Amino acid sequence: MRENKSILQHIDWVMVTLYFVLITMGWMCIYASVYNEEHNKLIDFNLNHGKQLIWIGAGLLIALLLLIMDGKFYSAFAYIIYGVTLVLLIIVLLVGRRVKGSQSWFEIGSFKLQPAEFAKFSTTLALAKFLSNPNIKLKQNKTKLYAIALLLLPIALILLQNDTGSALVYFSFIFVLYREGLSGNYLLLGFAAIVIFILALLVDKITLIIIFGSIVLAFIVLVRKTKRNIFSLVGIFLICSGMVLSVDYVFNHVLQEHQRTRINVLLGKEQDLKDKGWNVHQSMIAIGDGGFFGRGFLKGSQTTFDFVPKQSTDFIFCTVGEEFGFVGVFVVISLFMILLARIIFIAERQRSSFSRIYGYGVASILFFHIMVNIGMTIGLAPVIGIPLPFFTYGGSSLLAFTMMLFVFIRLDAHRLQVLS
Amino acid sequence: MIQSISTNRKYIIIAIFLSVGLIFLARLFYIQVIDDSYFKSAQHNFLRPVTQYPSRGLIYDRKGKLLVYNEPVYDLMVTPKLIKHIDTVEFCGLIGIDKEEFDKKLRLAKKYSKDIPSPFEKQLSKETYGTLMEKLDNYPGFFVQPRTLRRYNDKTAAHLLGDIGEVDSATIKTSKYYRDGDYIGKSGIELTYEPELRGKRGSKLMMVDVHGRLMGSFEKGKYDTLAVGGENLATSMDADLQAYGESLMQNKIGGIAAIEPSTGEILAMVSTPSYDPNLLVGRIRAKNYATLLFDPLKPLYNRALLSAYPPGSTFKIMMALIAQQEGVLLPETRYPCAHGYPPGGGKPACHVHPSPLDLVQAIAYSCNSYFSYVFKSVFDKKQFSNSEESFENWRKHVLSFGFGRKLGVDLPTELSGGVPTIEHYDKVFGENHWKSSTILSLGIGQGELGASPLKMANVMAIVANRGYYYIPHVVKSIGDKKFQFEKYTTKNYTTVNQDYFYVVIEGMEDAVESGTAAASKVKDITICGKTGTAENPGKSHSVFVGFAPKDNPKIAIAVLVEHGGWGADWATPIATLMIEKYLTGTIARPEIEKRMMDGVILPAPKPIVN
Ligand SMILES: [Zn+2]
Repeated sequence: MRENKSILQHIDWVMVTLYFVLITMGWMCIYASVYNEEHNKLIDFNLNHGKQLIWIGAGLLIALLLLIMDGKFYSAFAYIIYGVTLVLLIIVLLVGRRVKGSQSWFEIGSFKLQPAEFAKFSTTLALAKFLSNPNIKLKQNKTKLYAIALLLLPIALILLQNDTGSALVYFSFIFVLYREGLSGNYLLLGFAAIVIFILALLVDKITLIIIFGSIVLAFIVLVRKTKRNIFSLVGIFLICSGMVLSVDYVFNHVLQEHQRTRINVLLGKEQDLKDKGWNVHQSMIAIGDGGFFGRGFLKGSQTTFDFVPKQSTDFIFCTVGEEFGFVGVFVVISLFMILLARIIFIAERQRSSFSRIYGYGVASILFFHIMVNIGMTIGLAPVIGIPLPFFTYGGSSLLAFTMMLFVFIRLDAHRLQVLS
Repeated sequence: MIQSISTNRKYIIIAIFLSVGLIFLARLFYIQVIDDSYFKSAQHNFLRPVTQYPSRGLIYDRKGKLLVYNEPVYDLMVTPKLIKHIDTVEFCGLIGIDKEEFDKKLRLAKKYSKDIPSPFEKQLSKETYGTLMEKLDNYPGFFVQPRTLRRYNDKTAAHLLGDIGEVDSATIKTSKYYRDGDYIGKSGIELTYEPELRGKRGSKLMMVDVHGRLMGSFEKGKYDTLAVGGENLATSMDADLQAYGESLMQNKIGGIAAIEPSTGEILAMVSTPSYDPNLLVGRIRAKNYATLLFDPLKPLYNRALLSAYPPGSTFKIMMALIAQQEGVLLPETRYPCAHGYPPGGGKPACHVHPSPLDLVQAIAYSCNSYFSYVFKSVFDKKQFSNSEESFENWRKHVLSFGFGRKLGVDLPTELSGGVPTIEHYDKVFGENHWKSSTILSLGIGQGELGASPLKMANVMAIVANRGYYYIPHVVKSIGDKKFQFEKYTTKNYTTVNQDYFYVVIEGMEDAVESGTAAASKVKDITICGKTGTAENPGKSHSVFVGFAPKDNPKIAIAVLVEHGGWGADWATPIATLMIEKYLTGTIARPEIEKRMMDGVILPAPKPIVN
């Protein structure tokens, strides 16, 4: 009892408040996307907004349980939770239900659960556990390999379920690794790879290589002409040129047809107004329809009349955009940014490196989801169906994000009892 | 050192997160606030102007019987842009077309516009509409537009009522109102009273969902304009009399016109052969129109209004009036007859009757010799220095009775000619080479004279009114207002003084009582009339003109049966049956009625060559 009381005193109410505000707004958007003349009851458990209410209830219950649990539990059981999740990912491959081409759902009555959503949570735990070991140095290649293996296991299983979107989320752990000492070059390299990939698809390859060459030459002229510097610059030039030349191969032979289409549509090279491109087009129209102040709650024409596809799941951000306008999207994006900043701020004040690493993991995963999901609705990211945290309809993602956040809140409340 | 690295990295990570947020906000600001093309696309996406077609005014007869009403039909419309993955085979099956036709129609629609709906299949049948509506949700891009077509309660009065059809491109170009696909009056009163009957089209700004389904009015109808229904229209026609006239005239070619003398209202206008007006409605219109158009008996032609028939002996009434007005004929003036006109060596010929006759008797017996004398006396009056002058004088009188010019009837077309001109005779005989004896046959209603049954009936209205007429018209009232055109409520006087009518009326009364029309007299009704046997190539036309009752006349009528022979044979019984029907509502002479209805006077059908 004393323990519980002290927890309530020590939990971070900023994050809890942000959580409540976001799920409330999310639920309103789900209601708005369901709402029409026929379906206007505030509570109807047959419809998405009613079901989501049940999930929110379940989420709160779990959040409470997580807060009550011993703070040491998560660190101690991190690998076990990770292992159980891997087993679930394997089982779902065998007995799971196929939905829209992905073998990733457990069906329990009328509710569906997606273990991949929970895998993000348990992988974060496991990675935190692994990296928080004081004997481990991330500079060592062996450590890097272990860490990557830890990530690759769930990635592989999720890819086997044909759920590319969820697998891509694991790239976000690069921020965690970077924070824990991975060279910034990897981050730069990742960023450069994306830029080069896009440029190579858009611009003529020879031109691109000539441009790189000129830049490198300029650097060679400008920097101190030590052997090391010249060697690195030439190395960078060779790597970049190699990437440019291999882009076509990757694009045409590694990527699948639908992935190529997504990328082409995003780059504006292909007009696909029937399927994926149409979705994004309609999504942007809906958001544009909101103007500065929005159409008003439940008054969005595009969302109410089903012009926006998947409007309670992948494209739920359109409802914010259309009904609440720029003011609405400003508030939502700001709240997300405040939450991310808050998580990092709190992660940094942890005495336990496990808690810190875990916090960074939570922030990175949230960030990746926000970036890709919102980016997709405004044509800045390819159409990858991953949920917008706390907004998108669906129990699995809501429960998984709730668990992720509240475990972190619990760890933070526990920090004063941690000695090292 | 370690501390500083981690601090830097913390800020780098936060900076990356925040910059993505800022990029998003900048992009959103652009989409939502700066660039209005997305906003416009949204409007375009979900707003669709839906035309509200006004209901066309209904048409009633003079007693308030409904003649023409509207029947709902449905046009299948398509918005090509909205079409997505549809089962073409099933769809074609539903509306009964093949794939090729489907592609063709879709191509046409796309050519018109990809965004704006246009008709895909017009006027779906009730059955097609029913089955289609159940499945329409499966076919995004398609919707049905309710329209109305005309329906006719009776199968009568096709010529007078007229029809509607789709407006042609020439009209669309010149008119501000009409748009492609609108219906417009094509003939009859549908055409004359098009502006009144039509009403005014409205428009609704409707919201549609992604499947093109209508989801209600935008902003509670703020941008809607309601369609204004057309005015209802009451014709002066007596539907029962019209139908009766058509049944009497069945299997005969010709026309009947009946007018109420005290108002000029047309009571009936029969032209046979006729057709069921329902044939010229909707999808069957084009096919039936072609059939009717090429029918050798010309059923589309309104003989009662447009034909120029020689008036024959009925013209003697006008001659009697004109001659009196000219002061060359008195009621007691007598002329001899020797089975013909003696100065012409017995030509024109005449039938057997007592001789000489006075004016009343001459009308009753319809003496050709008498009216040849009369014509000559009018023409050879001393005051005229030449034939041209005297002809022009005669012509002026004739035109005052409505012959030879348009009366101004409220129907789209009307016969204008029918009375020859000086130029005509100058051309035929040469200048100064013609005189009264050259054109003597005009005096007995032959020669170049021509008049429609309506004009003949109008002359009867003049006689019934003793000297004036109202322009015949078919509309009694429009909307709630009584028909108030000054044109149709002004008395038009002839050149003949009222005093000269009485003796002519005496003669017409005698003609029915004891003269040429005696076989058709009706008990208790004083009918004044005049038979005519209009000579023309082939067998003569049977003509009768008259009015009844003699005092306070209610109906003036003209009947013409092509190639019916003597006026007394067909036209007279038909006319008197019409009068009897109109004045008493019953027929006391069923055997005559039966004979008329059963009578067939049609050209022998051409032998069919195999
Ligand atoms: Zn005679």
